[in-house]
Amino acid sequence: MSATKTRNGFKSSIEAKSGAKYSACYQCGKCSAGCPAAYGMDLLPHQVMRQIQLNHKDKVLNSRTIWMCASCETCTTRCPKEVDIAKTMDALREMAYAEGRISAQPDTVIFSEEFLNWVRRTGRQFESGLVGLYKLRTWHFFQDLDAAPKMMRKLKIFPRRIKGQAAVARIFEKCKAK
Amino acid sequence: MARVGVFICHCGENIGRTVDCAAVAEAARKIRGVVHAVDYKYMCSSPGQNMIRDAIRQHKLTGVVVAACSPRMHEPTFRRATAEAGLNPFLCEMANIREHCSWVHEDRAAATRKAIDLVGVMVEKVKRNQPLLPIRVPVTRRALVIGGGIAGIQAALDIANGGHEVILVERDASIGGHMAQLSETFPTLDCSQCILTPRMVEVAQHPRIKLYVYSEVEAVSGFIGNFEVKIRRKATSVDSSICTGCGACQAACPMAKIPSEFNRNLGPRKAIYSPFPQAVPNKPVVDQENCLRYKTAKKKGTKAAETKVCGKCLEACPIAPKKAVDFSLCEDTFVTEKVGAIVVCTGFDLLPMNQFGEYGYGKYPDVIDGLQFERLASASGPTQGAMKRPSDGKEPKEIVFIQCAGSRDNAKGIPYCSKICCMYTAKHTMLYKHKVHDGRATVFYMDVRAAGKNYDEFWRRAVEVDEANYIRGRVSKVYQRGDKLIVKGVDTLSGELVEINADLVVLATAMVAQPKTEHLAQRLSIGYDAHKFLSEAHPKLRPVETNTAGVFLAGACQAPKDIPDTVAQASGAASKIQGLFSSQELERDPTIAHVNETTCAACWYCVDVCPYQATQKKEIKDRQGKLVKMVATVNEGVCQGCGLCAATCRSKSIELDGFKDEQICAEIMAL
Amino acid sequence: MGNAIGFFPGCSLEGTAAEYRLSFEAIAPKLGLQLEEIEDWNCCGATAAHNLNHKLAVALPARILALAEKAGYQSVVAPCAACSHRLIVTRHELAENPELRKEIEDIIEMPCRGTVQVKNILQVLLEVGIDKIAAACTRKMTGIKVACYYGCLLVRPPKIMQFDDAEAPQSMDKILAALGAKPVEWGLKTECCGGGFSMSRTDLVCKMTRDLLEDASAAGAAAFAVACPMCQSNLDLRQHNVNAAYGTAYRMPVLYITQWLGLCLGLSAKELGLDQHFVNAAEVAEKAFATPPAPARKPAQAPVAAGNKE
Repeated sequence: MSATKTRNGFKSSIEAKSGAKYSACYQCGKCSAGCPAAYGMDLLPHQVMRQIQLNHKDKVLNSRTIWMCASCETCTTRCPKEVDIAKTMDALREMAYAEGRISAQPDTVIFSEEFLNWVRRTGRQFESGLVGLYKLRTWHFFQDLDAAPKMMRKLKIFPRRIKGQAAVARIFEKCKAK
Repeated sequence: MARVGVFICHCGENIGRTVDCAAVAEAARKIRGVVHAVDYKYMCSSPGQNMIRDAIRQHKLTGVVVAACSPRMHEPTFRRATAEAGLNPFLCEMANIREHCSWVHEDRAAATRKAIDLVGVMVEKVKRNQPLLPIRVPVTRRALVIGGGIAGIQAALDIANGGHEVILVERDASIGGHMAQLSETFPTLDCSQCILTPRMVEVAQHPRIKLYVYSEVEAVSGFIGNFEVKIRRKATSVDSSICTGCGACQAACPMAKIPSEFNRNLGPRKAIYSPFPQAVPNKPVVDQENCLRYKTAKKKGTKAAETKVCGKCLEACPIAPKKAVDFSLCEDTFVTEKVGAIVVCTGFDLLPMNQFGEYGYGKYPDVIDGLQFERLASASGPTQGAMKRPSDGKEPKEIVFIQCAGSRDNAKGIPYCSKICCMYTAKHTMLYKHKVHDGRATVFYMDVRAAGKNYDEFWRRAVEVDEANYIRGRVSKVYQRGDKLIVKGVDTLSGELVEINADLVVLATAMVAQPKTEHLAQRLSIGYDAHKFLSEAHPKLRPVETNTAGVFLAGACQAPKDIPDTVAQASGAASKIQGLFSSQELERDPTIAHVNETTCAACWYCVDVCPYQATQKKEIKDRQGKLVKMVATVNEGVCQGCGLCAATCRSKSIELDGFKDEQICAEIMAL
Repeated sequence: MGNAIGFFPGCSLEGTAAEYRLSFEAIAPKLGLQLEEIEDWNCCGATAAHNLNHKLAVALPARILALAEKAGYQSVVAPCAACSHRLIVTRHELAENPELRKEIEDIIEMPCRGTVQVKNILQVLLEVGIDKIAAACTRKMTGIKVACYYGCLLVRPPKIMQFDDAEAPQSMDKILAALGAKPVEWGLKTECCGGGFSMSRTDLVCKMTRDLLEDASAAGAAAFAVACPMCQSNLDLRQHNVNAAYGTAYRMPVLYITQWLGLCLGLSAKELGLDQHFVNAAEVAEKAFATPPAPARKPAQAPVAAGNKE
């Protein structure tokens, strides 16, 4: 392990997860310019890349940015140096979540958690359950009440378990972050 | 009886540190045929060379082996020293114990053993070397310049003024190239055509320059000093010897909507046209693809001269008794010229707009490239120099310039910088602001590259005096909404998103090689890189030569560059040619192939494989003139000594002088 | 399996995008498509999985691919763009990384060789053939201006999806043009709608969706065509939220490509689930086939002088 690698521990671990080469990024900003969610971010995508280059783990993992990314892949598509920014965001989210750093955007994380919980329990999504538990955990009880009547006609009242649910649950177990 | 002298060079530390040179000399002395072996610090130095010369005389050497660097470095040096001592220079060989030994190994013992082997191999070869005499070929002291842009014009003038005849071949109907399309040039803001047209006229009137416009190089054969070039003269349908360039035919032509290539499709031209008013020569040509008469003739299968359709240009031509417009001149013709040197000045092209999906694929009329902006700004352009945007002719109040459109972009396959765009974009902002005082020019850039003389001051003037708005950041997308172009960019220095509703967007598109250059390079047997830019012989020390002797390069065909560098390179190529033409004869390396006519089976495999067409078929006749047999023969003037024929020959009838089979086998056996 | 194509509905087609499933299954027989639902399929993990756990994000789609392989399908159609994206990206990752594939096969307890091809709904329709689709139509639309909205996941990233063009796609436009509609050219065809942030960042979805509504209506569109349940939901369900937040008054129905097709193949609005949309889609079913008013007579114009002098 060379001296540079240990100095850049955060950068190297993200590189290993995403397969991207951050020294290629020359900070042109094309990713930020095309990002549809950038307007509300605290760090713009190209700034996240710069902070990774500088190995500033806390700044990146505590940001709102990584949870506001919509994974639309526009950045990756347009980057002139072929850096996979979208995959980088995935890697950053995974790392932040594993370290419990979710306070910048808790609602998005809660939604994803409840989504996955239903998949684990039944093998498929249970939309009314997802909405219910999300509202419970975030206290947004009155959200979208106006849409409820039309929605309830389409959604199931009870979850349906697939035959392979146990297999799916085992998948979840084996994929747990160590 | 062989008497070989072996000289081991230390090359300072380069060889001496890894190879035990004294030991190699010691081992060499033991080889049969070696009568003298020494080692020395620097064989290529004067004392070193003296050693060789003295040893040749003293020990009556019949062959010399210098174990040192690569022959590509000093073979000429040692061969010259050998010749000066009265021994045929081709009896001197080099054993490469530097690039092939000391520079690639670390183990001293193993490297020394290898060096001894290498020396032994070369001694065996030299024992079987034959003295060879250089081949002398006459030099045709005329030059061919391919391309009539500023590079070609400069090279042609320099060579012609040096007293030699020049053939200048230009593909378009006029010389001038891209420089003629520019409005003003950086960093002086000189009017481009004002400084260029005097040179163009000088070329046209120069007694030693033969100008072929609307022509292309069709085929090239031969070798340095003796090229034969076939030139295709495209059909013009105009007898330029009697045409006065009055323009009446152009005014009369009814085909008024053909997009003008000179104006980069921003304005029209006629089917019979001269590319621009200041064209040199100012003689029009007929574009057969768009001429009504030619189109009708093609459909009907008749000849244009006999098809009574349109013909308004013919009617309008005032020349008498014979009209200058002549539809019988409808076929391309060919001429052959003999020249001694060739300069390639084919210039550049711009990355086409259809490569930019995020900027509209070229479908938005108000997203244009740098050369199109030049035409808009130019007084001789489609808007007479008024700032009017292509879609509706309105004066743009908000212009966005996007730098690095395609350049420095690995995703688009263009990792290099196009060098000129930072400067011409700064120039564009100034031209715009000088014409539209209340307009706003925004430049999205990554880095501003302004490395030439007065260049940095120039772009700072654009920012500080002409108030160009420079934002560091790339634009992700441009799309049309109503009559505005929405530009989505970012300011990386302040960390803010930027969105501009522009009236006109100018892309500084990447400079690329002309599409036909690859084909031309193959015909000339010169190299080119992955981006189809022509390869110079050495990037540092030989920028105007190619690896093919007698073919030189100048201008943007070699790499993106601006006008001052192009002119300098053109003059450089011209001076190399003056050097080449300074003597009546050229010496050629005699290590070429020879055919044993007794054993040749006339299978012609050697003719098929020769990349230089040096092997030819020869008839052997008896005294009565009756054909006895056919054999292969090698043209001494063309053969480059590559050895392909020798390797291919099935009857072992071809051998390379200096590299005969006996020699090669002896080398292998010595290992 | 003969001509059958594996059908992966995905979770949203069971629930919020029920009309997408309804319309697809209704038009399939008319187009000669034999759909066979993959037995006991599981959720692909969508955005939630790849947001939090890479291995899970690969394992869940891998199980679906493995099931399809086991059943012997040559190809699988996933009408939901997010599902098709996850399946294609997973297949790509497993092909590029044999070590990962072994690990995943272990986790899902099934072999996954990547022999099944994954297609999105537009690919399947294009393979049926535009001519065949046009021939199967019992009625054609009369030039209604529709904005074809592709969203992110059908075309990006281009190196992996290798479908249509990532900046200016035309596949949906071609289909709609063959059906008699007039697809408009607009700039935000592939701009993100906010995806899965519908509940957790409704403000973000409203901002992004509003840009889409603005641009499409500026281009003259009267309705949208989509091929993704999230895009449909964000444009349709959230349209009234956009109007509330920005003071606008958009009323642009958002129909799935399968619904547009279904209307032209002779199916009724009810059969296609048009009554389940939030922005009234049934009335567009009428408008699309109405005879357009005769164009107003333009006064004779003086010939325009040649644009540029020589």
